[in-house]
Amino acid sequence: MTTRQNGRPSQLFRNLNAKIASIPMILTALVIFLGGTAWTVFYSFTNSKLLPRLNFIGLDQYERLWAAPRWMVAIENLAIYGVLSLIFSLVVGFLLAALLDQKIRFEDTFRTIFLYPFALSFIVTGLIWQWLLNPDFGIQGVVRGLGWESFEFDPLYNAEIVIYGILIAALWQGTGLIMCLMLAGLRGIDEDIWKAARVDGIPMWKTYVFIIIPMMRPVFITTLVIIASGIVRVYDLVVAQTSGGPGIASEVPAKYVYDYMFHAQNLGQGFAASTMMLLSVIIVIVPWAYLEFGRRRHV
Amino acid sequence: MRYRHMTAIFAATVALNFAAPASAVDLEVTHWWTSGGEAAAVGEFAKAFDATGNKWVDGAIAGSGGTARPIMISRITGGDPMGATQFNHGRQAEELVEAGLMRDLTDLATKEKWAEIVHPKSLLDSCTLDGKIYCVPVNIHSWQWLWLSNAAFEKAGVAVPKNWDEFVAAGPALEKAGIVPLALGGQPWQSAGAFDVLMVAIAGKDVFMKVFGDKDAEVAAGPEIAKVFKAADDARKMAKGSNVQDWNQATNLVITGKAGGQIMGDWAQGEFQVAGQVAGKDYTCLPGLGVNEIISTGGDAFYFPLLEDEEKSKAQEALASSMLDPTTQVAFNLKKGSLPVRGDVDLGAANDCMKKGLDILAKGNVIPGTDQLMSQDTQKQKEDLFSEFFANPSITPEDAQKRFAEIIASAD
Repeated sequence: MTTRQNGRPSQLFRNLNAKIASIPMILTALVIFLGGTAWTVFYSFTNSKLLPRLNFIGLDQYERLWAAPRWMVAIENLAIYGVLSLIFSLVVGFLLAALLDQKIRFEDTFRTIFLYPFALSFIVTGLIWQWLLNPDFGIQGVVRGLGWESFEFDPLYNAEIVIYGILIAALWQGTGLIMCLMLAGLRGIDEDIWKAARVDGIPMWKTYVFIIIPMMRPVFITTLVIIASGIVRVYDLVVAQTSGGPGIASEVPAKYVYDYMFHAQNLGQGFAASTMMLLSVIIVIVPWAYLEFGRRRHV
Repeated sequence: MRYRHMTAIFAATVALNFAAPASAVDLEVTHWWTSGGEAAAVGEFAKAFDATGNKWVDGAIAGSGGTARPIMISRITGGDPMGATQFNHGRQAEELVEAGLMRDLTDLATKEKWAEIVHPKSLLDSCTLDGKIYCVPVNIHSWQWLWLSNAAFEKAGVAVPKNWDEFVAAGPALEKAGIVPLALGGQPWQSAGAFDVLMVAIAGKDVFMKVFGDKDAEVAAGPEIAKVFKAADDARKMAKGSNVQDWNQATNLVITGKAGGQIMGDWAQGEFQVAGQVAGKDYTCLPGLGVNEIISTGGDAFYFPLLEDEEKSKAQEALASSMLDPTTQVAFNLKKGSLPVRGDVDLGAANDCMKKGLDILAKGNVIPGTDQLMSQDTQKQKEDLFSEFFANPSITPEDAQKRFAEIIASAD
C-alpha cells in the first residue's frame, strides 16, 4: 500500500490528461454509436411507421423481412459482391504494389494514376461507369463502331450479371488505395531480408509468398478491415449506377434500409433490416476479433 | 451642411422604404417542382402570394418526391418546420397530422367554403382527418394516359391505335420497323403506376376500388386481376429494349419516334409541349388507355406545419387562400399541365388532351389516386414487385399475381 503511494500513482490517474481528452470521444461512442444501435434494435420490434412508436409486435418485422424477395436478392448480391471484391482488391492491389516495388521508372506517375480514382466519390464513379457500360454510348457502342457488330457487353442491363458491373466500378475505384497500403507494407520490409533470400537462391515468387506476405500481416489486417467495411455499406455506387435495377436485380441491404425507412415510411421494417446488417457484421467480426486479440493474450 | 441635410432625407426615405416590407412576412415554401414547366407553374403561386404583401421564399428540393419527402419530414419532425410544404395528398403526411405537427385549416376552409368550390370532393376528403381539414389541394394529376407517337406508327405502316388492344396488335409491326413499342423507364414507380393504369382500363373501376380501396385479397387473386396480369405481360414484352431510367427520358423516346407509346400520367404532356409538338397531329393521347375513360384524381397539396409565430401563421392563411384563388388556379395549372381543383374556372387555353381530361372530370368518371388509398409502405412493396416483374421475364404472371395478392392481404 505504502509503496504504491510513494512509488507508483494509482492506475486510474495515470495519463490523466489523455484520459480527460478522450472523454468526448468515449461519450460519443457510448451515446451515439452504442445508444443509437440499441435504440434501433429496440424499435425494430415495434410497428413504427413514419414516426417511432412503442407498439410491440414481436418478430413480425423480421418475418416480413425474410419473406421479402427483394431482401433475399439484396443479401445474395452482397454476398457475391463481398467475396469477389475482397479477393480481387487484395490480389490486384498486392500485384500492382509488388510490380511497382520492382524499382521501375516513373513509379510516381503510375502510383498517381492508380490512386487517382480513389479521389472520386462513389457517386461520380457510379456515373462514369454507368456511361461506360451503357450499351449505346459506352464500351459496347465503341467496339461495335469498330466493326465487331455482334459484340455484347451490357452488364448494367442484364439482370443476371448486373452485380458484376457494379463490382468493376468498385474495383476501379478502390484498388488504388489497397495498392498504396500494400506498397507501404512492402517498403517496410527490410532490404536485408531480400538480400538473404537472394543469397539462398530462393525464387522471387517464393520469397513473396512464404516470407514477405507473412511479415505483412498487420498491413493485411488493416486492409481487410477497410475493404470489409466498404462492402457492408455499399449503397451510393448502386444508386448512381443502376438505382437497384434492372428490376430489383442489383439491390443491396443498405438500400433496402434507406428505402423502407424513408420512402416507404416504415421505420420498423428499416430498423429490422439494419439490425440484420449489424448482426452479419458481428458474425464476421467476433470470431476474427477472438482469434486476433484472444490468442495474443493467451500466448 | 447641405450635404448632411441630403443624407438625412436619404436616410429617411430608406427607412420609409423599408418600413413597408418589414410588416410583410417571409414564408418558406418547400416543394419538389424543379423541371422547366414545374418551376414556371410554381412561380405563379409565388407571384400571387407576394401580391398579398408577404414574401414567398422558395425552397425547391431537386430530385423528385422520393428525395424531397424525407428531407421535408425530417425538418418538420426535427423542429425546424417550413412555412408550407408540398405533399401528394392522401396518406403521405397522415402521421405528421396525427402527431399534431400540421396546422388545422378548418376555420379558414369553412369561411371560404372550400367544401363547395373544390371539385371533385374526394380531393378535400383526402385532406381531412377526423373532420378537420389539414391541406389545400392545388391540382389534379391523373395517371391513366397512353401517349402515342404518330410518326412512329406512320413509319411502321399501321394506323394510330385507338385503344390498348389495337396498340398491342400493332406491337410486332413497330418492332419490325426498329421501334420499341412501349417506352418504360426503369424507376420502380413507373412500372407500378403502369400496372395500376392497366388495372383500371382492363378490370374496371369496381375491381380497382375493391382491390386498392377495400384491400380485398380474394379479388386480387381472382380472374379479373389475372387478365390484368396477362396485359401487363404483354406490356412487359413490348417494353423490352427501352433502356432508360427517368420517365421524361422515356417520354422523349416517344417524342422522337423511337418508341411507339408510353403509359404515363398527364405530367408527360408538359414534355410534348416543350418539344413543340401538337396534340392530335404529332402525338395522340388516350385517357384510360382508350378502354375505360376513367381518370384518377391524385395530385399535389400544400400542408402547413404548426408554427408558433403568429405573424407567420397569418401569412399561412393568406397563402392557403391565394392558392385556391380562381385566377391563380388557372395560371398555375395551365403551366403545370394539370387540371384545376375548382370546377368553376374556365380553362379556355387548355389543349386537346387537357380538354379530354376536363370532360371526363365533368362527367364524374373519377377514382381516387393510389396514394390516397394505400400507405407508402404498401406502395413501396408494390413497386418492388412490379419493377421486378417488368425487368425479369422469368417471373410468370401467375407467380406475380400470387405475390400481388399477398401484398394486398397485408396492405394498410
